[in-house]
Amino acid sequence: MKLTKVFAVVPILAISLMVSCGPNDADIQAKVTETLKTVPGISAQVKEGVLTLSGNVSDAAAKTAAEAAVKEEKGIKSIVNNITITPSLSSVVAPIAMAADEALTKAVRDATKDYQGVTAVVKDGIISLKGTLSADKWKRLKMTLDGLGPKKVDASGISIAK
Amino acid sequence: MLQEKYKELIDSAHSSGVAQLQVQEIENVLHIAGEAPSGIVKDQLWDIYNKIDPNYLAGDLVLDVNVATAVNVTKVRVTTDSSNLNIRKGPGTDQPIVGKAAHDEIITLVNKSNKQWWLVRTNDGEEGYSYAQYLQPVE
Repeated sequence: MKLTKVFAVVPILAISLMVSCGPNDADIQAKVTETLKTVPGISAQVKEGVLTLSGNVSDAAAKTAAEAAVKEEKGIKSIVNNITITPSLSSVVAPIAMAADEALTKAVRDATKDYQGVTAVVKDGIISLKGTLSADKWKRLKMTLDGLGPKKVDASGISIAK
Repeated sequence: MLQEKYKELIDSAHSSGVAQLQVQEIENVLHIAGEAPSGIVKDQLWDIYNKIDPNYLAGDLVLDVNVATAVNVTKVRVTTDSSNLNIRKGPGTDQPIVGKAAHDEIITLVNKSNKQWWLVRTNDGEEGYSYAQYLQPVE
């Protein structure tokens, strides 16, 4: 039958194509290096189809992004991602977000609800507190307040109960 | 210079792997924000803060470091002092109470899309928002 012949030929053809047309290490490395030009500080090495990424970036997202950018490249069998992460002050991208007074007032009311004897006033992003409470409770409250996006937490009116 | 005063804290945040770390001084207040890899790291940072500024009373630092929650964490422990924890219809103390969880009870975390108010579900199937300060992720 003709059909069986075709089936027999297809795998041979596929293998010969893979051998003759598959990109070699140097080709892959050139392409990957070109792709990575946009990500400074990262270099690529290809050996027998295994791509090794190295260098240093400021966060985990950049490390993942570098790998994602090149993983579709033809001929790569696997990727060894040796990129290291060092957060740097210069990597600050977004400014610290400050909450608006209205939202902050509501959030502060929620946060201080269970702290009897503590009063809080919000003005121009500054939370000003008055009252007496234990060191543990104040720590817990301060941790919460710091997460609300205030400009400042003014604790000059807080006394720590002994 | 506040970055000098809190240098040990900033250095520790760097070396302990706090992600998306932001350090900015704005109008004489230092803001440090980021995502700590664990609750232990967050506690360490607050311990260093306490060492530099005893009882956090100086008012010159806002330390906003969250703990990254692993995707597989779906259970939280209720860490109120002794009382029940209110579960509310929406995120806010002005929202009606739809259920309660007992002190020390372990309940299901549904999502943390609101930073202060986590959506939880009790073992009786009541679902609503509880204040995150009283919830501790269970590994």
